Amino acid sequence: MNERQVSKFEYAPAPESTSIVNIKSEYGLFINGKFIAPKAGKRFVTINPATEEVLSKVAYADLADVNLAVNAARSAFTKTWSKMPPAERGKYLFRIARILQERAREFAVLETLDNGKPIRESRDTDIPLAAAHFFYHAGWADKLSHAGMGANPKPIGVVGQIIPWNFPLLMLAWKIAPALATGNTVVLKPAETTPLTALLFAEVCQQAGLPAGVVNIITGDGVTGSHLVNHPGIDKIAFTGSTGVGKAIARAIADTNKSATLELGGKAANIVFEDAAIDEAVEGIVNGIFFNQGHVCCAGSRLLVQENVQDEVIEKLKRRMSLIRIGNPLDKNTDLGAINSAAQLARIREISDSGDLEGAERWSPECELPKAGFWYPPTIFTGVSQSHRIARDEIFGPVLSVLTFRTPQEAIEKANNTPYGLSAGVWSDKGSRILWTAQRLRAGVIWTNTFNKFDATSPFGGYKESGWGREGGRHGLAGYLKAGN
Amino acid sequence: MIVDGSEGSLKQFLRTLPPVDQVGAEGRAAMLATRSIKTTSKNWAIDLAIRMVDLTTLEGADTPGKVRALCAKAVRPDPSDPTVPSVGAICVYNDMVKIARTELDNNGGQNIPVAAVSTAFPSGRASMEVKIRDTKDALENGAAEIDMVIDRGAFLSGRLGEVFDEIKAIKEVCGERAHLKVILETGELVTLDNVRKASYLAMLAGADFIKTSTGKVAPAATAPVVLVMLEAVRDYYKETGIRIGVKPAGGIRTTKDAMKQLVLVNETAGPEWLTPSLFRIGASALLNDLLMQRMKMRDGYYASPNYVTLD
Repeated sequence: MNERQVSKFEYAPAPESTSIVNIKSEYGLFINGKFIAPKAGKRFVTINPATEEVLSKVAYADLADVNLAVNAARSAFTKTWSKMPPAERGKYLFRIARILQERAREFAVLETLDNGKPIRESRDTDIPLAAAHFFYHAGWADKLSHAGMGANPKPIGVVGQIIPWNFPLLMLAWKIAPALATGNTVVLKPAETTPLTALLFAEVCQQAGLPAGVVNIITGDGVTGSHLVNHPGIDKIAFTGSTGVGKAIARAIADTNKSATLELGGKAANIVFEDAAIDEAVEGIVNGIFFNQGHVCCAGSRLLVQENVQDEVIEKLKRRMSLIRIGNPLDKNTDLGAINSAAQLARIREISDSGDLEGAERWSPECELPKAGFWYPPTIFTGVSQSHRIARDEIFGPVLSVLTFRTPQEAIEKANNTPYGLSAGVWSDKGSRILWTAQRLRAGVIWTNTFNKFDATSPFGGYKESGWGREGGRHGLAGYLKAGN
Repeated sequence: MIVDGSEGSLKQFLRTLPPVDQVGAEGRAAMLATRSIKTTSKNWAIDLAIRMVDLTTLEGADTPGKVRALCAKAVRPDPSDPTVPSVGAICVYNDMVKIARTELDNNGGQNIPVAAVSTAFPSGRASMEVKIRDTKDALENGAAEIDMVIDRGAFLSGRLGEVFDEIKAIKEVCGERAHLKVILETGELVTLDNVRKASYLAMLAGADFIKTSTGKVAPAATAPVVLVMLEAVRDYYKETGIRIGVKPAGGIRTTKDAMKQLVLVNETAGPEWLTPSLFRIGASALLNDLLMQRMKMRDGYYASPNYVTLD
């Protein structure tokens, strides 16, 4: 057959306008309903990881500021929030949810600027899910006697919340919505590299007329976080982040009365059986590891593919990967955005390079990476064995390790052979096999014939070193309530 | 991928095809529908889409006058702008083939093929003898493309050999004279698994094109259906080295719909399929919307619909 001249369908740039967001040159700390300057006057910059341009300067909270925030939260808890009729609390949550929807585009653009994720994802996933989380928990506020914690459950008190940089606003919603619905007040620290949507959320709290001190947002780094964890005025810590920090928090609160929920790391197995719908499984593999640049604790970072369909799956996967559009995260056609920080990029490089050294075979599609900013190409390693570091350590980047199995039993053994247990995926057209597999996987969330789907009604959390407790659904309320009579 | 055409071999082969997960296919199609096509890429795609249109009239009320008007439109879609390309083909019922052919030949449309819907279109409920005679009639009157329908009843009752034999027989009638487009009528096959199987069945039996629908049954060319058919031609090419064309028909009315189809092609079968010889869009109303959008891209504002000719 004659090879014709093939003209390429180049999508012209389709950037989302940034005019909708108004980023201030500097931000204070949101304490007791107001933005105030940090006591010591220290500030640090937050940058756009896709360009390395400085977006703004945010306040650095040290111990004195943490004291103020915790005191404000305590006062609001005692005087206002815990005494308010539950239906009234619900009204505030409904109001916040509606404002998030009304200002969705503003939040989406700001999230993409500060985090580096594609606008398609912040627009279609992060912000709608954050609003949904507030709507869902607004409904719970006056129905807590049905939460499974007795007829009259009580809030815990003042909750210190520390969230990561991968889904900044969504993780904020996962933390603040259930805490407020159950009558607690919060001091929340967003991640050092992604504070801006949390600060915009503080404005939403003002707009919604939320009583002062119910939500306090302090910006800073790990030291700020440890002040919060160690603060005697805190009743509970809710943390999402790395397993290493999670263990440190568990140690720090070991001889206190504080409770904790921890959402930690993962190294999820995504299991593709021979009878799977291969084209859709390939989509699921791509979505599992390249969604949000692989900065997902529940990412399907270990592909376990049945050996007799390995060639077909890998060939189709490579073809599909070569279609991934990398570049300006504000472009509506971008599929893979920027790595969130120089530090994370270094970590991805370091662990991935170990894959080369240990003998796995690396492959990435031909792609041009932008010069400025932090970027890593979509990458797969084939020929990976269980003992390789890339099969064991969480990379938290767009890097997939491919392993094979011969029998369903072997798939289960390999999938469970990890200190983590956050999520897993099963791809099969056979219902009995899916159920058999799901029953044996030791993971908190198991997706079948899909991946990375989230819903406020569904509890999320891990087994083993992937964490304590659940977030979302009725189960998630338990972390914010004390059983009542 | 060799089958001998016997019922047994076809059944056995089609069983080896991987299943389609409907939720996943719908999700992929929905994701591709979010692609944003602007400025230069939109200009390029609009002209490509015009060249891919099979400008169609398939009504009981069709008259020679109507068909002649359609032919004039096919040659010069926008009489005020000679840079607008001609359409891919004219698609009519058999008895209109000669009228269309003559009209095109006399008015500068010698390069535009006439496609005829044959084999007892749209139901396909006729004897094989009638179907063959129907096809011959179209060819004798100058059809260069035959849009045949498969026997959906035979397919759904598992008589795959019959479906295969019919396509093969019509292909033999077409010979070198005409391109064969095989209409699966996916709205009656219902499941995406059936769409995949019928696509392979048609390709194995000799189809040059696989086409979604007659336009007489809803739903017609939905995005997940076109996605599965594009996957089928992509995978068939990998196995055989032969590129089969795809023609969605029915329900594609706006430029936006057409852009979504082209994105589906680009990111499923690949850019090699972005040519009228491998991708056609069966439509009637679509052409005018493409022309309106083309004017908008050129002039920067929407013209009154009166600047676009009817038929």
